[in-house]
Amino acid sequence: MNILSLFVVVPVLMIVFLFLSKGMKQIRTIMVTGASALLVLAATLVVLFLKERAVSPDAEMLFVSSITWFKPLNIAYSVGVDGISVVMLVLSSIIVFTGIFSSWNMDMAKEYFLWYCLLSLGVFGFFISIDLFTMFMFYEIALIPMYLLIGLWGTGRKEYSAMKLTLMLMGGSAFLLVGIVGIYYTSGQASMNLLEIANNLHIPYEHQRWIFPATFLGFGVLGALFPFHTWSPDGHASAPTAVSMLHAGVLMKLGGYGCFRVAIYLMPEAAHELGWIFLILTGISVVYGAFSAVVQTDLKYINAYSSVSHCGLVLFAILMLNQTAMTGAVMQMLSHGLMTALFFALIGLIYGRTHTRDIREMGGLMKIMPFASVCYVIAGLASLGLPGLSGFVAEMTIFVGSFQNTDTFHRVLTIVACCSIVITAVYILRTVGKILYGPVQDEHHLHLTDAAWYEKVSAVGLILAIAAMGMLPFGVSDIISKSIVPIVEKLAGI
Amino acid sequence: MDFSNFLLMGQEIGLIVVFLLLFSYDIIGSEQSKNRWFHLIACIEFAILTIWGFVSPLPAGEAFGGMFVTSDLTVLMKNILNIATLIVFLQAYSWLNKENPVRRSEFFTITLVTLLGMYLMISAGNFMMLYIGMETASLPMACLAAFNKHKEKSAEAGVKYVLISALSSGIMLFGLSFLYGALGSFYFSDLTLNVVGEPLTILGFVFFLGGLGFKLSLVPFHLWTADVYEGAPTNVTAYLSVVSKGAAAFALIFVLYKVFGGIEVVWQHILWWLSVITITLGNLFAIRQTDIKRFFAFSSISQAGYILLGIIAGNAQGMEATVYFIFVYLFSNLAAFAVISAVEHASKGNTSIAAFNGLYNNNPKLALLMTFAVFSLGGIPPFAGFFSKFLIFMAAGSVGQYLLVFIALLNTVISLFYYLLIVKAMFIKKGESDAVAHFSSDIYNRISMLICLLGIFATGILWGVFSEQYF
Repeated sequence: MNILSLFVVVPVLMIVFLFLSKGMKQIRTIMVTGASALLVLAATLVVLFLKERAVSPDAEMLFVSSITWFKPLNIAYSVGVDGISVVMLVLSSIIVFTGIFSSWNMDMAKEYFLWYCLLSLGVFGFFISIDLFTMFMFYEIALIPMYLLIGLWGTGRKEYSAMKLTLMLMGGSAFLLVGIVGIYYTSGQASMNLLEIANNLHIPYEHQRWIFPATFLGFGVLGALFPFHTWSPDGHASAPTAVSMLHAGVLMKLGGYGCFRVAIYLMPEAAHELGWIFLILTGISVVYGAFSAVVQTDLKYINAYSSVSHCGLVLFAILMLNQTAMTGAVMQMLSHGLMTALFFALIGLIYGRTHTRDIREMGGLMKIMPFASVCYVIAGLASLGLPGLSGFVAEMTIFVGSFQNTDTFHRVLTIVACCSIVITAVYILRTVGKILYGPVQDEHHLHLTDAAWYEKVSAVGLILAIAAMGMLPFGVSDIISKSIVPIVEKLAGI
Repeated sequence: MDFSNFLLMGQEIGLIVVFLLLFSYDIIGSEQSKNRWFHLIACIEFAILTIWGFVSPLPAGEAFGGMFVTSDLTVLMKNILNIATLIVFLQAYSWLNKENPVRRSEFFTITLVTLLGMYLMISAGNFMMLYIGMETASLPMACLAAFNKHKEKSAEAGVKYVLISALSSGIMLFGLSFLYGALGSFYFSDLTLNVVGEPLTILGFVFFLGGLGFKLSLVPFHLWTADVYEGAPTNVTAYLSVVSKGAAAFALIFVLYKVFGGIEVVWQHILWWLSVITITLGNLFAIRQTDIKRFFAFSSISQAGYILLGIIAGNAQGMEATVYFIFVYLFSNLAAFAVISAVEHASKGNTSIAAFNGLYNNNPKLALLMTFAVFSLGGIPPFAGFFSKFLIFMAAGSVGQYLLVFIALLNTVISLFYYLLIVKAMFIKKGESDAVAHFSSDIYNRISMLICLLGIFATGILWGVFSEQYF
């Protein structure tokens, strides 16, 4: 069997075993074993990928294989990866793994982990697919478990948030599907295969003109594109810890990845002509998200708005349409995925003990739970772009790449987006200062315990990944940037 | 006349044989033996008929001078209706045995007669045949709707159904008379060549479509649907929403493609608007319902709109997509009705959505099946509904109807909203004191649920196999 299909098979097996399992111990064993298997698989994939790429440096996608699924429409289960998908698979497996440790003590654990596995199945399937239909199917599989995960295990206004999130994302997928139908019929030769459409076929510009906005918007909703980002704060705030981690860390990346792989890659002309509209919207996302985060008082809302800002930066960089910025975009996806997952894990940890997420009611946590607080500081520093951690590498690459566009429009937008770094520093330092330092606000907090071992596993795992990416950015950018070349060439070739 | 013509009517004859066997058993059998064996025998006989339809090579051709047409496709369509009817029979067990043990056999015989009418509608090669089939299906259907005659609502549903089918037949006949006046024939094969965009033909077509629209419950011919669905016994509602609707859709496909294929431009416009308002209004009204049967009435109205989306393509791809859509719809909708009728019996006839509150806590398996059913109806992968909706959209896209596809897609979002309300009631809302306690449904209903569950998963993931087998 193709190594990529294992990414789908493992979650399916986990679901089957969960159905048969009894008792908390068995459930945990299954989840940890499965997630470790995925982690090992991802690591193996990186090694194999580098080896294989050295052998055939010209191939756009590696490990390609295809099984016909629905003959009349040429739909196939086709898989294949390039550097971008490899990086995303690694990210997903890290977050799925750490997410399990962050939801160690759950009510109704069996059901919870069933939906959790289904969610990860969708995510992994999406990143390995190179067939538009299969891709879309996995995308939708990843969306639906969210409703029950938030609605049942969430906090606060969970039913409202769950419904809002599901409907907005499904609305996005409505745009997406009409785009896919359009691509299929206008590209000339009925094909669903991404590579074939990109390399051999051409969508006429008069159709690109509507398909590009439709697909970009469709994926953009998931990538929290302004003004369709409103599901994100509510959804992330209400979701249980691990689901926030997975959603902000991985699912929002589906949006960026999709814009990249489908919207830009297949419709380069339209991306050139119409990109400016979305560039303005993403510029607003970046700055507006950051400003909104400054005025929030709920920890999860702060982090959710910061996600809007950072994911806005991903789409922003993609639309700059050059090699450096796009590399930065993928690095930002990776970096944001890791650090936002860390944030949500720690917020879940703090909320589980203090039973409040209001920063006005907390203070001096550094004295009470030093381990968690130090991790929080590290996450904050990564988020505001301290050199040596992942955020710096990604944002630096993005802004350098963006500034390579020499016209005034792009430069002004780049400068505006750069301002978000300063605002990020404001809300991060404000939060850190308020809840970690200063006097203890509530005397009940004095008796709280520090992180338990499973929470430490989750936090340390993520911090290691963030630091590794910050210290050794070349390894990551090397995997990514070679895969961006064909996309950039296609953009330049028109 | 050559008696070999009858060989082409294999399925119809099989159906009549089953009907006669059951009818004679009803007359001969003692009350005691009927109580014990009738339901089982009826289901087994019908299951044999269903399986026979799949395995035996039925000939294709025309009989009685083109009155009756049969092909691989009609055989498939009748098989689809058979499966649905079999599932309805299985589901009816506890209703018939608890509430209507005396008239148990009537339910089966009357249903089989309506099914015969639908067979004739599908196989019609002549408008008169189509009309006779429709009437054969409609009048007994009113008896079924009024089956719980001691209940006021059921009787009301029966009367409403009679009046509406009389009206729709009248409208349809009116249209047919125009067509006959303009073209001078009722045979599909004669008409095909002669249909051009003459005003009189178009007028006749519009009336004809209106008449059939009542059966399909398209907006604006849908007004009877919610009342009848609510009043009729739940199992009859299931039959109405799947089998009756499916037969009307199949008949519409044949007439549109065979007879009016030449004036595609005209009917595509009409269907475009019909499908947009049907999907949208069906969805919007469904949101406000508090009774689960009314809720599924409006949900089935909007599903009929999606059926039109496939028909609108006017090509082979559209036909395949529509047949596949109905095939999948059958399993999803009947799975939902299996749960509804189980819950209805456990809660002593309560059909409000509130009866589903907290269902997951007490009856997790039923709640899961209902979730799968509504997700499939809403078009969520990996359930079959996703694949069938996708094919419908692809069919509409093949003739460039992107705007229509988009409107329909936005509507799936609305429909997801109200389907999720059910999921929310079952999983998230805590059942109050009147929540349905844990119960186990009868063996027949369990078999029907199993069939539906298999259908919801298998027909989707194995769609490639399905397409190679039949198209």
